[in-house]
Amino acid sequence: MIDKTMATVAEAIADIKDGATVMIGGFGSAGMPSELIDALIAQGARELTIVNNNAGNGDAGLALLLKARRVRKIICSFPRQTDSWHFDTLYRAGEIELELVPQGNLAERIRAAGAGIGAFYTPTGFGTLLAQGKETREIDGRHYVLEYPIRADFALVKALAGDRWGNLVYRKTARNFGPIMATAARCTIAQVQRIVPLGALDPEAVVTPGIFVHRVVCVPAGATGATHGAAA
Amino acid sequence: MNRYTRDQMAARVARDIRDGAYVNLGIGLPTLVANHLPKDREIILHTENGLLGMGPAPAPGAEDPDLINAGKQPVTELPGASFFHHADSFAMMRGGHLDCCVLGAFQVSVGGDLANWHTGAPEAIPAVGGAMDLALGAKSVYVMMEHLTKGGESKIVTQCTYPVTALHCVSRIYTDLAVLEVTSQGLRAVDIVDGLSLPELARLSGVPING
Repeated sequence: MIDKTMATVAEAIADIKDGATVMIGGFGSAGMPSELIDALIAQGARELTIVNNNAGNGDAGLALLLKARRVRKIICSFPRQTDSWHFDTLYRAGEIELELVPQGNLAERIRAAGAGIGAFYTPTGFGTLLAQGKETREIDGRHYVLEYPIRADFALVKALAGDRWGNLVYRKTARNFGPIMATAARCTIAQVQRIVPLGALDPEAVVTPGIFVHRVVCVPAGATGATHGAAA
Repeated sequence: MNRYTRDQMAARVARDIRDGAYVNLGIGLPTLVANHLPKDREIILHTENGLLGMGPAPAPGAEDPDLINAGKQPVTELPGASFFHHADSFAMMRGGHLDCCVLGAFQVSVGGDLANWHTGAPEAIPAVGGAMDLALGAKSVYVMMEHLTKGGESKIVTQCTYPVTALHCVSRIYTDLAVLEVTSQGLRAVDIVDGLSLPELARLSGVPING
């Protein structure tokens, strides 16, 4: 029998080692798997490379992982925000490496990793600082930059519901990076608001098929301050 | 000197968005355009964090942290809306499916180069988000900005001195002084604020502008 469900967030992230590359879903706070991140902070892994759209907001989730100085490098598109003070402090002190990637290239590099693509030419970034030193090519009169996939050891994503096979459905704009990150990691860990019996999710509506998901852990809405009790 | 107000600028941009268009409104000044879209046109708003058919801000108390726009502000979904992941969202841009985007800018060059992501200042923490993808992806790129900096320098330039976002991408520039079209022969004035002459506009801009 396949059963990808785990009893606790601590068990789900227990084997993330020092130096691992970890994708974390979410756009700002929407879709951020805060309880998995809290468990990772408690677990203590260091020297992590984190892939996320942002670099933490306020004093929760990813921002706290940065504050605890567990992150060596962050790959993201939009670190600087009004509430990114923990990142800002580390960056100004030279204590964190930043790889800044245009948001669409970030998404496509993650997608490419999950889809087994070796590299791809994208028009985004051509002629800018962010394409300096990168291979370029003109195809049918348009200029492109060669970009490589971003793979990870682990992906931490948040979804609305999942089953023991790892099928996932998401909620509104909290979906964002979850489905593509789930495909791009050696081990994908999903926190879901509820675990449902096999067959309860409409196969036509499954967003992430279970083949991409390795562990599912239930974090009910409202279990901590970081989630909310939306009626969806 | 007369100037268009921010709402007049937004209404002017909105007039140029056709019925049935798929549109992305950038953060800042461009978000005002949503308030001026003609009621008799069906225009579908895209937000790059995964929603087509974005509606206005919710009533106080009805905010949903899972339903936000690219500026991370609470929004609503209209009937007919759809949600999608980030790779699909940026395929909509890069793949040329979006009809129009409206962006703010630090500078635009006469050749249509856009600078809107980074001042290049050594102490500034760079952040790019979806700016480079949007600038390249939409069929029409409209820039909405003040014509002059606070110091009185033109934001329309021969060559961008700020780091560029994308090359040759801007279609039209909507400022508080004029509406300019980027053509292969340089800039052409579509509208000029009352009381300002074309030569005076060109002098303030520091670049040639055709009538």
